[in-house]
Amino acid sequence: MRHIAADPPAFFHRGPSPLARLAFFGLISIALLFLDTRYRYLENIRHVAATVLYPLQRAAQLPGEALGWVGSYFVSQRVLSEDNATLRRQLVEQGVAVQALPTTQQENARLKALLDIRGRVGAAATAVEVLYSGRDAFTHKLFVDRGSDAGLTAGEAVIDAEGVVGQVTRVFPYMAEVTLITDKDQAVPVRVERSGVRSVLFGAGAGRTPELRFMAPNADIRIGDRLVTSGIDGTFPQGLAVAQVTTLERDTGQMFARITARPVAGVDRSRHLLVLGRAAALPPRPEEPAEAETAKKPGRGKARRG
Amino acid sequence: MALPKVPPLSPARPDEILRPARPWFIVLTLMLALFGNLLPFSGASLALRPDFLALVLLYWCIQEPRFVGVGIAWCVGLVMDVGDATLFGQHALAYAVLAYAAEYFRRRVLRFPLWQQALQVALLLALCAGLVILVRVVGGAPLPRWTYAVPPLSGALLWPVITVVLQWPQRPARSAAEL
Repeated sequence: MRHIAADPPAFFHRGPSPLARLAFFGLISIALLFLDTRYRYLENIRHVAATVLYPLQRAAQLPGEALGWVGSYFVSQRVLSEDNATLRRQLVEQGVAVQALPTTQQENARLKALLDIRGRVGAAATAVEVLYSGRDAFTHKLFVDRGSDAGLTAGEAVIDAEGVVGQVTRVFPYMAEVTLITDKDQAVPVRVERSGVRSVLFGAGAGRTPELRFMAPNADIRIGDRLVTSGIDGTFPQGLAVAQVTTLERDTGQMFARITARPVAGVDRSRHLLVLGRAAALPPRPEEPAEAETAKKPGRGKARRG
Repeated sequence: MALPKVPPLSPARPDEILRPARPWFIVLTLMLALFGNLLPFSGASLALRPDFLALVLLYWCIQEPRFVGVGIAWCVGLVMDVGDATLFGQHALAYAVLAYAAEYFRRRVLRFPLWQQALQVALLLALCAGLVILVRVVGGAPLPRWTYAVPPLSGALLWPVITVVLQWPQRPARSAAEL
């Protein structure tokens, strides 16, 4: 397997040596990595490059989509009628709740007016479909088929039919990146539905269930408790189901209890998701030194990191 | 009427002299490999999927070191960083080191039969993956699952196939023995 053209002798000029090139490009890479991790200066370049790459990305979806079409064409009659029956039953079940809803809303509005509570703004929601799951083995991300063209912005909450899936972290012209609640850098402020105890649910990374950190061993929480968003971060609207407590270890020798909670949403299964617009505008924050603010809100600061 | 003679789709014999690859063919195969990397795999298939781009890049770095070297590998890695939405420079650094290692070891790798080449390719791809882990863990990411070790191995298994396919257009239509 030799070539006709043999390599020229070393004294022929062929530009810098491979080692010099490696050193040059290696240094640039390290500089880029540093800028991207610490300062996120490169988002504009990334947007431009992602837009250029978009046609190829989209074309890569086509084989899978074609298989999907062929597959759906051959779905059996039985599966369809079973689905249909399930959906009808769900419709009837939810119909009861929907009928009661207007009354409850009116009641709620009156009570809120009485108590002078700021109402929740019915935020706009955008239905999106999952394009593909992130290929990076170190993070848990999804890519969805709408981006700034549909008015999405970074920071919006993403849910499926069961509960919270994640948060939009990057918006490209025709797609958006969603960081799942199982990602290591993702945090969701939650409340225990039964007792009202507030906490923050942190993702734990690959193959591990998210956990509630910094909960005192005597906190009022039990296995099976549902965690819902508390809404105090102004990002996730309050009352969305997030997770269910699965394990609980209270060791009085430890500072905090070890609590893990399994997400109720189909975080890695759902194909159809809903991106919720920003919840009610929060009142302006009191003046604080910038440092103190970031230290106080580890969840939000971290959630933006990629 | 005689059809133009086409070389068989099998590994080139050690005594066979390959023609130099055409630049458009190199670019085309790199594009196809990028396309393969962008395919929406998920779950188990994603864990098994080799890094096609690294494989094809490695092949060209070994076979055509004067066309494809550290610089091109770095640029291709940057494109992959955007495609995977990973940290800027992560793939670029890994591919640049891969290209350098390929340049360093190419004469040795080429001396062996394909399946022994595959073993060395596994080591080179593992070096590439290890570098990515190092970069990410220093950047604060958690360690990936053990399945992260699978793509270099599946890539090595694919090496003989990649070699046969990519060297096919470079093989002479008639072997030296028939002339």
